[in-house]
Amino acid sequence: MQLESMYQEIILDHYRDPHGRGLREPFEGESHQVNPTCGDEVTVRVHLDDGVVQDVSYEGLGCSISQASQSVMHDLVVGKPVPAALAVGDDFLFLIQSKGDQAVADSLEESLEDAVAFVGVGRYPARVKCALLGWMALKDALGQVRIVQTGGHHE
Amino acid sequence: MSLDTAVTGSALGSNRLDVEAIRKDFPILERRLADDRPLVYLDSANTSQKPRQVLDTLRNHYERHNANVARAVHQLGEEATAAFEAARDTLAAFVKAPSRDEIIFTRGVTEGLNLVANVLAWADPPYGVGPGDEVVITEMEHHSNIVPWQLLTQRTGATLRWFGITDEGRLDLSNLDDLITERTKVVSLVHVSNMLGTINPVAEIARRAHEVGALVVLDAAQAVPQLPYDVTATGADLIGFTGHKMLGPTGIGVLWGRRDLLAALPPFHGGGEMIEDVRMERSTYAPPPHRFEAGTPPIAQAIGLGAAADYLSALGMQAVAAHEREITAYALERLQAVPGVKIIGPQTIQDRGGAISFTFGSLHPHDIGQVLDSYGIAVRGGHHCAKPVHRRFGVGASTRASGYLYTTTAEIDALADGLEQVRRFFGVG
Ligand SMILES: Cc1ncc(COP(=O)(O)O)c(C=O)c1O
Repeated sequence: MQLESMYQEIILDHYRDPHGRGLREPFEGESHQVNPTCGDEVTVRVHLDDGVVQDVSYEGLGCSISQASQSVMHDLVVGKPVPAALAVGDDFLFLIQSKGDQAVADSLEESLEDAVAFVGVGRYPARVKCALLGWMALKDALGQVRIVQTGGHHE
Repeated sequence: MSLDTAVTGSALGSNRLDVEAIRKDFPILERRLADDRPLVYLDSANTSQKPRQVLDTLRNHYERHNANVARAVHQLGEEATAAFEAARDTLAAFVKAPSRDEIIFTRGVTEGLNLVANVLAWADPPYGVGPGDEVVITEMEHHSNIVPWQLLTQRTGATLRWFGITDEGRLDLSNLDDLITERTKVVSLVHVSNMLGTINPVAEIARRAHEVGALVVLDAAQAVPQLPYDVTATGADLIGFTGHKMLGPTGIGVLWGRRDLLAALPPFHGGGEMIEDVRMERSTYAPPPHRFEAGTPPIAQAIGLGAAADYLSALGMQAVAAHEREITAYALERLQAVPGVKIIGPQTIQDRGGAISFTFGSLHPHDIGQVLDSYGIAVRGGHHCAKPVHRRFGVGASTRASGYLYTTTAEIDALADGLEQVRRFFGVG
């Protein structure tokens, strides 16, 4: 059945048993993102220390794809310096936008680890946003930290 | 008009739909989907499927009669104009409008409601909405009957108020006299909810609104497709509905308005066909309905909608309503028996339309819909353009099943069985 190509077992495992879920203190950046088509939402907080992501905490409403993607994001990003965290996010975006290209997934395996399981989501245009919502919030939250820490961009 | 009065006619029972014969009119119902699954289409509240009769009418128009309307002296132009205006007659008869001039063709109910909300900002007394005035809507509206009124009240300095909803999914009318007051200029509400399925007591609300001199606007997008409709019996002044939910094409809808009221309202869009005379300094405007139909209208779509109304009339709207009721009652019973399913909205068929929204354990509607889709079952998952009513019931989204005159009980069984597959697939529920 086609369904399993999207809902790979790793995704269902993360959905049933999410890693790092819940909003925690301290945090320096926070972002709330909404998917206007379905109303799903997520809040992501990031805690940095010395340019390294110490924690990614999150809470939201959403389907298994969005919940699992946030869980995987937590695992991938915690412990990475900010530029590396952003680079993983770019890789994930590239994977989802590959329209289900297994070759792309294979080439990203080192960077994305378990998250390559999301490759099948790219074949379902209606679900692409679900997979990306948390990552958009992460990027936004990291951007906020940078603005605060460089003291720029205040109006 | 409640569904109860809609089915007490003599046609009930004696005039049942022959669903198998009807299904043969809908080519798409023969579609095979991925894995050779037959289509189980339970998303008719979103948009209905179209019978061959409507599709043939569209094709015939483009192949044989295509021309612009009201501006050509040639034969094709006359034919197209005659067919377009005949569709207006058909629609007027379909909703028992006292005059064909009360039928304004729009792009859909969304445009109809925006038309009303805009012209009321510009209208002279007593209809114009301004600072200090109030507009009353309800918490169960589709976004298309919320946002235009927010825009109107924000732009004019008027105030937006709304009726709440009871736990059962009915309008809470306990504060009717506090909400609809001397300050109320407009009361706009949905006749049949696209999310809860509730049929609202519109005549009762209209009576109160008229006591204080307010206009009553109805969003009848889910009502006209399902119920024998009589615009004057509703007590409303303006009523919008949409063609694609009643077997017609997309891009076409109707705004009905009381003739004297329409005559007193200013135009919405400016352009061709809506004028009487144009000079460089100023213009004068055509009488209704053309005053509100600027530009080349959706001609084929209007003619197609006329064919859809003819199709429904030939079946008989009493019979269509009775079938809707039968299918909905069956679906309520089957879904209530699935462990973990919680229906949001009225639990019985009493004063209820055909849309059934539900939650299923902790599962998300996207996931439910995706697994159902793999079995060929099409439902809607999300907020159905009705976020406030979802919020009211403490959920972000729901799954909605909605049938129509081609829906069978076997399809409802497929849905109930499909939900068991969903539960199995995710191992939760
Ligand atoms: C109750 C209700 N109002 C308004 C609409 C909007 O209809 P349309 O998008 O055709 O204008 C819909 C359908 O989506 C509806 O169900």
